[in-house]
Amino acid sequence: MSTETVTREEALPQRQPRRARTVGAGRLLDLVLRSVVPVVLALGAGAILLLALGRHPLAFYGDIWTNGVQNGAWQDSAIRMAPFLLIAAGLTVIFRANIWNLGYNGQFLLGAALVSGYGPRLVNEIPLWLAMAVLFLLAGAVGALWTVVPAVLKARYGTNEIITTLMMSFIGIDLASLLIKGPFHDSTTPLPQTAVLTKMLPSIPGTRIHVGLLVAFAAVLVVHYVLTRTAWGLRLQILGSSPRAARHFGIDLSRLIVVAFLASGFLVGLAAAADILGLQGYIRTGWNPAYGDTIIPFVFLARLNALAVVPFIAFFSVVSTGGDIAAADANLSTNFLLVLVGLILLFMTVIEYLGRRRDLGASYLTPGLRQALRAPLLRRGGAS
Amino acid sequence: MILASQVWTQVFWTSALAGGLIAGVPLMFTALGEAISERAGVLNIGLEGMMLVGAYAGFLGTYYGHSTWLGYLAGIGAGMLASCFMVVLCVWLGLDQIVVGIAITLAGEGITSVLYQSQFSSTQPRLGGVHTAPIPLLDRIPVLGRTINGEYPLFSQPLLVYLGLAFAVLLAWVFRSTNVGLNLRAAGEKPEALDAAGISVVATRSYAALATGALAGLGGAYLAIAGTGGFQDFLTQGQGFMAIVIAMLARGRPIAVVVSSLLFGIALSFSGLLQIAGIDLAPEVVHILPFAAIIVALMLFARRAYLPPALALPYVRGAR
Amino acid sequence: MNARNDTGAPLVELLGITKAFPGVLANDGVDVTLRRGEVHCLLGENGAGKSTLIGILAGLIRPDAGTIRIEGVETAISSPRRALELGIGTVHQHSTLIPALSVLENLMLGDSRGVRLDRPRGERRLAELAAQLGVDIDPATRAADLSLGYQQQVEIVKALWRGSRVLILDEPTSMLTPQGVAELAKVLVRLKAQGQAIIFITHKLHEALSLGDEISILRQGRLAGTIGREALRSRSQEELRAEIVRIMFGDEARAVADVAELQEELDSVEGTARTVAAEAEVVLELRGVSSPREGAELGVEEVSLELREGEILGVAGVDGNGQRALAEVIAGQRPASAGELLLYGAPVTRTKVARRQKLGLRYVTDDRLGEGIVGALPVGLNLFLKRVGERPYWRHGRIQRAVVDGRATELVREFDVRTPSVTTRAATLSGGNIQKVLLARELSFEPKVVVFHKPTYGLDVRTTATVREQIRSLAEGGGAALVISTDLDELLEICDRIAVLSRGRLVGVVPNGQGAAERVGELMVGGGAGLEAA
Repeated sequence: MSTETVTREEALPQRQPRRARTVGAGRLLDLVLRSVVPVVLALGAGAILLLALGRHPLAFYGDIWTNGVQNGAWQDSAIRMAPFLLIAAGLTVIFRANIWNLGYNGQFLLGAALVSGYGPRLVNEIPLWLAMAVLFLLAGAVGALWTVVPAVLKARYGTNEIITTLMMSFIGIDLASLLIKGPFHDSTTPLPQTAVLTKMLPSIPGTRIHVGLLVAFAAVLVVHYVLTRTAWGLRLQILGSSPRAARHFGIDLSRLIVVAFLASGFLVGLAAAADILGLQGYIRTGWNPAYGDTIIPFVFLARLNALAVVPFIAFFSVVSTGGDIAAADANLSTNFLLVLVGLILLFMTVIEYLGRRRDLGASYLTPGLRQALRAPLLRRGGAS
Repeated sequence: MILASQVWTQVFWTSALAGGLIAGVPLMFTALGEAISERAGVLNIGLEGMMLVGAYAGFLGTYYGHSTWLGYLAGIGAGMLASCFMVVLCVWLGLDQIVVGIAITLAGEGITSVLYQSQFSSTQPRLGGVHTAPIPLLDRIPVLGRTINGEYPLFSQPLLVYLGLAFAVLLAWVFRSTNVGLNLRAAGEKPEALDAAGISVVATRSYAALATGALAGLGGAYLAIAGTGGFQDFLTQGQGFMAIVIAMLARGRPIAVVVSSLLFGIALSFSGLLQIAGIDLAPEVVHILPFAAIIVALMLFARRAYLPPALALPYVRGAR
Repeated sequence: MNARNDTGAPLVELLGITKAFPGVLANDGVDVTLRRGEVHCLLGENGAGKSTLIGILAGLIRPDAGTIRIEGVETAISSPRRALELGIGTVHQHSTLIPALSVLENLMLGDSRGVRLDRPRGERRLAELAAQLGVDIDPATRAADLSLGYQQQVEIVKALWRGSRVLILDEPTSMLTPQGVAELAKVLVRLKAQGQAIIFITHKLHEALSLGDEISILRQGRLAGTIGREALRSRSQEELRAEIVRIMFGDEARAVADVAELQEELDSVEGTARTVAAEAEVVLELRGVSSPREGAELGVEEVSLELREGEILGVAGVDGNGQRALAEVIAGQRPASAGELLLYGAPVTRTKVARRQKLGLRYVTDDRLGEGIVGALPVGLNLFLKRVGERPYWRHGRIQRAVVDGRATELVREFDVRTPSVTTRAATLSGGNIQKVLLARELSFEPKVVVFHKPTYGLDVRTTATVREQIRSLAEGGGAALVISTDLDELLEICDRIAVLSRGRLVGVVPNGQGAAERVGELMVGGGAGLEAA
């Protein structure tokens, strides 16, 4: 009598109540399994690849550690973290809404081009702190601007944003190149590059690390607060779960999509400012670090949590800093890191699959994405 | 602006068409592949990576095998191998097609660069010219048969180009009036209906994804062998993504895919052509053109681009 | 497979079929026997295990235990293809036709012989089957353009396409008008005469009684009882009814005396209309409201209606005739392209969802999982998702967890939502409790006009009764309800007047009472001229 009739209609596996998880050790194990194992597996697969290429994997990875952490190299890694963190924050915002902003490269380079173009004059004409603030905002603004077309197309017609952001990215990269060759060209050199900044971002006292890293940390904190504590963050989460539900709850979808895109582009733009003003100092044509490509996996590994992304980015900064040198030492293409990152993504999806089968805690993906994954197949393969 | 007058000669446009063919054929193969898997409900974001591995394998095959056909075969094989990840992870296990696609693209970019650099970084070898087969009679047409530098007569193309065009026609027929075509469409429109009709959705989608890999690999191989005559890092420069857009805008219709690929090919080859014609325009401006064209096309036809309802959704029996 | 070698053994025997899903025993030792030329009704509440059983027969689900015998021979139905080869054809509850394909392409799907689609052969087969069924179907029509009645005929043709001997019909009447049901009954008689064995799945008692040659009743995954041909012939309707209710609800029926009554009430088709005074205030008025179609679903055109204080107005119609558009345009989820909406005489045509919600205009959606809740969020938060950013639950944009959880706990108690706590993820609740969450959200904070869209669809009997009681008490308390439902019986039970929606237009309003069912049925057909013509 006291038992509630279960509607069997919904008795499919994925709608079954999950067992209540025990907090503590189980959860920690969960976290380790889901977040660290893909990285470990990717490093393992990378080692096999290195062996196949006739390199010694342990020596290679050791070289990464030496050149990424030891002898003050950790400061170089920390410097790299600044743009990485800002991009990660930008991607976290938009992925939470289950929207793919894959145009980060164009957004980044346009921001970088503008900062390098106007920076050299600005830092000498107005107070440094003001110039830096203006340049950061400028880069953020142009990054945001570059998401407007995909955002509006998505909001008005539901046009696939993967396609539009990628196209805008290609346009942005070429446009940045044109700017560097044209209006921003340093007339004192025949090389296609901008004038070198005479004043850069100041360092954190006692280190070589520029204050851009602090800006990045602040941005991460703000993003985390907004996403988890505020009404706007909740709306974004609802949109990410189901646009239909968002409409039902009276959320202004078009506005939310556009604002989320703008925020994402803005943060990517800030990353460009931090990188140029803190590290690079100038930009030349053909320079496209494509940071975002390598950041994506870590945003997912952190399960779209802006705070959780920090240790992953720290890890990747070390790998990236040390990896560049290690690759050069081993006479390898630095694009070897791309292989590692691709492998991390692949292993992440595999762990996601296993995790789903074994009911391993929270997923990496937004509920909307996860819905698309659902339960494993009942019957597999089979010739037709 | 005296030089600009050259732009309006017929020879110029013949060259544009010929150049469009050269640049458009890799796009065409890849977009035809994407059309197949989109019809079957698999969104292949990893196309760029598949093209790159195809290009590298094609380069290797031609370089060591001394035969362009070996190169094409190697490209097909490599593309299929890359698409196996898509088949296993997305079609069999039902994992996210976009995440896996990005992974394939990243890994493809990385691995081809690493391998090329470790093998050829010092030599950077070039491949020899590609044998072309003139179409009898047509190649003698006085104006159209000739180009500015006479290098690429419009009606004398590598044999693969003719095969590709024939394949597009064949594919259109397959989609329209064969059982396989019907199954493919059902897998993208409503996989549960295909399943209920006793055909395996997983098998249908697997074959479609493999075919896509093969065609993307072939497209990449053609780009390396006949297009640039060599390999370099990031050779494809976003053409894989363009192919996705082309397939989308063409609504998966093979003939429309061919036409739009060639149009984009013309845009891609324009910069070189303008230089030949003596017009100094930054290559970036020309390079932007096809992408800008796509954005404009999307803005104008956003409501008309048709995608199968079950695209990018894994099929799980019993889940509604 | 067309051979009819009468060995004396029944065509299909299901013996001891058992299937468990995580947490639920969907089928538990079920035995069912099918004979040629008979309609075997499977009767049971939602969730009794009917769908699982036919899934097993159709090769979609593999049983954990039990045997299937076909003509006395033990057989494994390992895949849908195998089921088709064995001559088992299924008409699924949800259409399996592909809208973008033509009727002929839909029928020929999977029927591969050779490379080419042999259209002439397909057309011949279609003509043959259409003649058998006594229907007329155009092979070139796109499935999307078929009316629902036609769609079902095509589905039946599809099920028979490869020479079926067993035809499974899963809740076939849920999409049909009363006239459509009569048509279907005629088709079934013809098929029976041709020796088909038919399994007819329903949760409606009267359908089982009028169509079945044998009735098997499922309850919580078990075969609770069978009523054979003899019993069906020899005993009176009332006796059978009582017997079936007893089997369906078992001991519970005795324990809670009102459940039997309840089932009677759910099943009865006689209306009990209250009269709402004509001078009662009009609380919601639609004046010529139109909203365009979205995708495959119809919109509404020039709909005008008045809803008075204390009234329950039903909207009847076959699914897909613009119900969703009507509900959403009233809720403010989609814009009206023409016309005016008035709430207490004040225009709200351009008012946003959140504002309408505040004004007391509420919407209980039919898509409970897809848009009614956000499964990943806790139950408590789900109760306030239409108030995101509002005081006192949010202050300066920051959520006030204590306020939300405190108020949510009260609501959960008030609406009897069975949940471990307000912080439990909403997706883990059962269908009935999810509906209670929706009701708690929409019926709290002074509801005035509430749109209910398929309020009891897929719910068990007890929750259904609770929901209907809440609709009634809303009206009695001076509110007003607009109940959109495809279940005519439901509307006849609770509504004062019933409007009929057909092809996106409101084709008439019938006061509830004697003969209302017939008149609503006529309007559904008459108004929807397209129903009989594709």
